[in-house]
Amino acid sequence: MSEFMSLAAAVEANVRDGDTVAMEGFTHLIPHAAGHEVIRQRRKRLTLIRMTPDLIYDQLIGMGCVDKVVFSWCGNPGVGSLHRMRDAIENAWPQPLAYEEHSHAAMANAYEAGAAGLPFAVFRGYIGVDLPKVNPTISSVTCPYTGEKLATVPAIRPDVAIIHALRADRAGNVLLEGIVGVQKQAVLAAKRAIVTVEEIVEDFGPRSPNLVILPSWTISAVAEVPGGAHPSYAHGYYKRDNAYYKRWDEISRDRDGFLAWMKANVLQRGPEVFAAERKRLATAGSAP
Amino acid sequence: MSENHTSTEMMTVAASRALKSSDVCFVGIGMPSAACNLARLTHAPEITLIYESGTIGTKPSVLPLSIGDGELCDTALCTVSVPEMFRYWLQGGRITVGFLGGAQIDRFANLNTTVVGSYDKPKVRLPGGGGAPEIAISCGEIFIIMTQTRRGFVDKLDFITSIGHGEGGDHRARLGVTTKGPTRLITDLCVFAPDPETKEMTVVSIHPGVTRDQIDGNTGWKVKYARDVATTPVPDPHELAALREIHARTRRAHGDQA
Repeated sequence: MSEFMSLAAAVEANVRDGDTVAMEGFTHLIPHAAGHEVIRQRRKRLTLIRMTPDLIYDQLIGMGCVDKVVFSWCGNPGVGSLHRMRDAIENAWPQPLAYEEHSHAAMANAYEAGAAGLPFAVFRGYIGVDLPKVNPTISSVTCPYTGEKLATVPAIRPDVAIIHALRADRAGNVLLEGIVGVQKQAVLAAKRAIVTVEEIVEDFGPRSPNLVILPSWTISAVAEVPGGAHPSYAHGYYKRDNAYYKRWDEISRDRDGFLAWMKANVLQRGPEVFAAERKRLATAGSAP
Repeated sequence: MSENHTSTEMMTVAASRALKSSDVCFVGIGMPSAACNLARLTHAPEITLIYESGTIGTKPSVLPLSIGDGELCDTALCTVSVPEMFRYWLQGGRITVGFLGGAQIDRFANLNTTVVGSYDKPKVRLPGGGGAPEIAISCGEIFIIMTQTRRGFVDKLDFITSIGHGEGGDHRARLGVTTKGPTRLITDLCVFAPDPETKEMTVVSIHPGVTRDQIDGNTGWKVKYARDVATTPVPDPHELAALREIHARTRRAHGDQA
């Protein structure tokens, strides 16, 4: 059963040095506040998994928390490069960064295999391309029924999945909707799961029976962090802070500027800054 | 070049015209997204636009900055999980056109969005493949939109992220791929289509005011031209107005100079 905890206690109890951690979110509901807490607690030697590493992974990498990234697209969406991730790959700053690279289809299938308790995923992919030459985890099987050669990748089985959801009820079940990405698969594939939520409600009330709901017993810890997905967004709560993504391009270009920004905005702050951003965006978000 | 439109506008309009109302289109972010939404707002109102974030039949009023902006979900017919998107809808063969961009392209329309330089010691680390490797083999056909430069149009790719026509000829078929691959490459200078035999991308239409010298000078291989090369029709006022309106709405919505 999930336990309600402060974000700090949830990270303290569930994320250990050397863990394989999947903080998922496909543009929507990215667990930024939880990522900041991992940085504040100075976790080290992490292997980070994510289909689309963006700003929060850039920050974790730049702060030296990460040994390896498993990913399928790394970038600041619609803006450009992740400068900290590139600096780590191209110049080993602040430390060397190993990486295991896939396609989206491969990772989506690998998460699903992890959730399904299978050892590997099978799909039609990686044909005529170079990734299998540089990523030894990519292999193939021959279909026993048709003879077709199909691509395989190992299942993703993280030590910890961290996601941000919309609501939890008093029993510790969590609900998400909108662009739901691979969060359900990531939680069900992981040994432990931390979920931050916009709010805790008495009861979910009238709802579609097909919403994505993760029962309490699939989750280790739930922490209420309003605005915890900022600068990404939470469906029905606040909009994506596109201006912030553009500013990040400047902030992250330079090592000293990056470190100063992280000190002022992450190390010396707490999860409460996210509530202020939610309030600002909810007010500013009325214009279409 | 006409004084009435920019070369980027010409490219986006030419790209949008390649789409039909009956298409189900897997949309890449950036220039493909602009072209696909322009098609929807002009000659192809019934087109189904799909973004890899899981949004099906989306009708955004502003162009998304990211592949998963809330606008895409809010205006979609439905939104599915990312594994469902890649397994049922893409791999399941339900998409007629994939619309891609890239950093580097070769004469057979293979694309590189992974690295410049060697993979282990890259000069420039690019974002990587994302959905492209499987979009390139699972969609009925592929359209590509790219600004034409010598840096981008190269004789040999540093890395093959997604396959076009491979080594040319029947290479796709020999690899067991049954879809058509790239059938249109639209640039700010011209439109390419594959030669029926060799599959080398061949210029079939040149935008008004552009010379063959300009095309050759911006391409890293010796460009082939079709026997009959057309002149791309200029954007009509309706297309230009629709394109400028959606860009203006996008700038207002994103609150900056996007």
